[in-house]
Amino acid sequence: MITVQELTKRYARNAAVDHISFNVNKGQIVGFLGPNGAGKTTTMRMLTCFLPPTSGTASVAGFDVLENPLEVKRRIGYLPETPPLYPEMRATEYLAFVGKLKGLRGPELAKRIEYVLDRCAIADVKDKVLGKLSKGYRQRVGLAQAIIHNPDVLILDEPTAGLDPKQINETRELIKDLAGEHTIILSTHILPEVEQTCQQVIIIAKGKLVATDSVDNLQNRARGAGSVLVEVAGRNGTLDPTTVLQRLEQVPGVSRVLFKRSHAARSTFEVEGQTDRAIRGDLARAIVESGWDLNELRTAAVSLEEIFLQLTGADAATEISAKSAEIEQEPAAKGSNR
Amino acid sequence: MRNIWVICRKELRSYFVSPIAYLLLGMFAIVFGFFFWNAVGYFVFAGMEAQMRGGMYPMNLNEQVVRPLISNVSVIGLFLIPMITMRLFAEEKRSGTIELLATSPVRDYEIILGKWLAALTLYSCMLLVTALNFVWLFRYGNPDWKPLLIAYLGLLLQAGALLAIGEFISTLTRNQIIAGALTFGVCLLLWVLEWVSDYDSTPWARVMAYLSVLTHFESFAKGLLTVKDATFFVTAIFLGLFLTARSLESLRWRS
Repeated sequence: MITVQELTKRYARNAAVDHISFNVNKGQIVGFLGPNGAGKTTTMRMLTCFLPPTSGTASVAGFDVLENPLEVKRRIGYLPETPPLYPEMRATEYLAFVGKLKGLRGPELAKRIEYVLDRCAIADVKDKVLGKLSKGYRQRVGLAQAIIHNPDVLILDEPTAGLDPKQINETRELIKDLAGEHTIILSTHILPEVEQTCQQVIIIAKGKLVATDSVDNLQNRARGAGSVLVEVAGRNGTLDPTTVLQRLEQVPGVSRVLFKRSHAARSTFEVEGQTDRAIRGDLARAIVESGWDLNELRTAAVSLEEIFLQLTGADAATEISAKSAEIEQEPAAKGSNR
Repeated sequence: MRNIWVICRKELRSYFVSPIAYLLLGMFAIVFGFFFWNAVGYFVFAGMEAQMRGGMYPMNLNEQVVRPLISNVSVIGLFLIPMITMRLFAEEKRSGTIELLATSPVRDYEIILGKWLAALTLYSCMLLVTALNFVWLFRYGNPDWKPLLIAYLGLLLQAGALLAIGEFISTLTRNQIIAGALTFGVCLLLWVLEWVSDYDSTPWARVMAYLSVLTHFESFAKGLLTVKDATFFVTAIFLGLFLTARSLESLRWRS
């Protein structure tokens, strides 16, 4: 559906997007992941024909963005970072205007307006002036605007930025819902969002493509699934992490023990076992027999965040982890199961 | 074609939904009303004076009321045109809605023409306000309507040119105040350039005088339709719209 080859956008001195290539198949949800300033927005703007590429090609549904911009625009629904709303218009007026811009007329337009009002759950504000809507509603009107002409491809630039946790969840659900009918590219710097909504992920940093793969594959690829997280507590209020570490290393089948963190008399370790060896039982027994408490023992699911750190280097990811830490505060996000 | 109409309607709607249109129309109505009252009052006074002296002085409604009033309209227009055009693109750029327009399947010229037509329509509404005043001249007097019609055509052409230039300036910035101030400066300059012809007739002065809208508006105000002056305004409209198109295109390469 979308083919991007060696796409480059160069400004006076620096390259905002540097020779990026990827493909997106029909019906997929693709997460465009990268820290702020990585070139996500620039890439999306080139795909929507807002910016012309310096070199390289991009095509949507077989139409080149430079040669056939009108055909590309007809097949794309775009939600920029800030929803492009006219504050003085009413919601239905606005949707009618956008619908007409996209070439809808008459009864067809009325039908589509009804549909998107319902689909994006904005029917209750349809007669309100857009300037007075809350951020969540604005975002949904923005989404409604993007899907009004039933485009093949939806391009959403940070669709959940600035929303509260409840709204974030609603928006994500909506996007997942839309996936059946449209091919979706969404950009984000929030990792759990990609894990939750996307099937495929494209990671870029500093304008360069770092990785492109399915979310499942990336998680598997980053590390073997044999890691176990162990939290050990000392019984009398003190615990020497080094002693525990040494003890854990002696457990049969353990290949490597990493000290993660320590708080009061509790320490957390990540234990990697040799492949196909069940080490949990032995681990638990070893800890209890040494006179410590076993507070927690669980599989260390590798998050995209860690993959991201590995792929881009800690530099680019500092900001990412700060951002996603923010998000993990909310109970709904499942990023906390690491 | 239909897209031009869609954009034009949207622009008109935002003019008339916000206070802009009513403010401009109201202000214009008051100012022009005063001018009209003044001009007619003076005309009546001069008429009575002429009568007392034995009616030697020839009185002409077109020459003494309509013509100065039309010149006044074009000067007031000078102040109002920046207020009409300053938001056209500057606001779209500031609020990010330009991304919606630029990623919709419409051509640049359709956006530009739609906006320009909307601005011209608003200006025409202001001219309608002046026409309401002139109706009383026809009710109680007997002015010639043909020169008046040509004067109105001249006003529309002049406004079309200045609005096109204002539209171009509006694409240059995302700040409405800057766009408005710049447009006002350019309009004013295009107006007063004619003054050099009063004392200077070197080629440079002649070029400057030629560029002035005043030079070309005078014949319309007199009720003369000349190809030369009409061509000037039509050319200026095309130039303004062409520059707007170029600027819009370059936005994409720059931003």
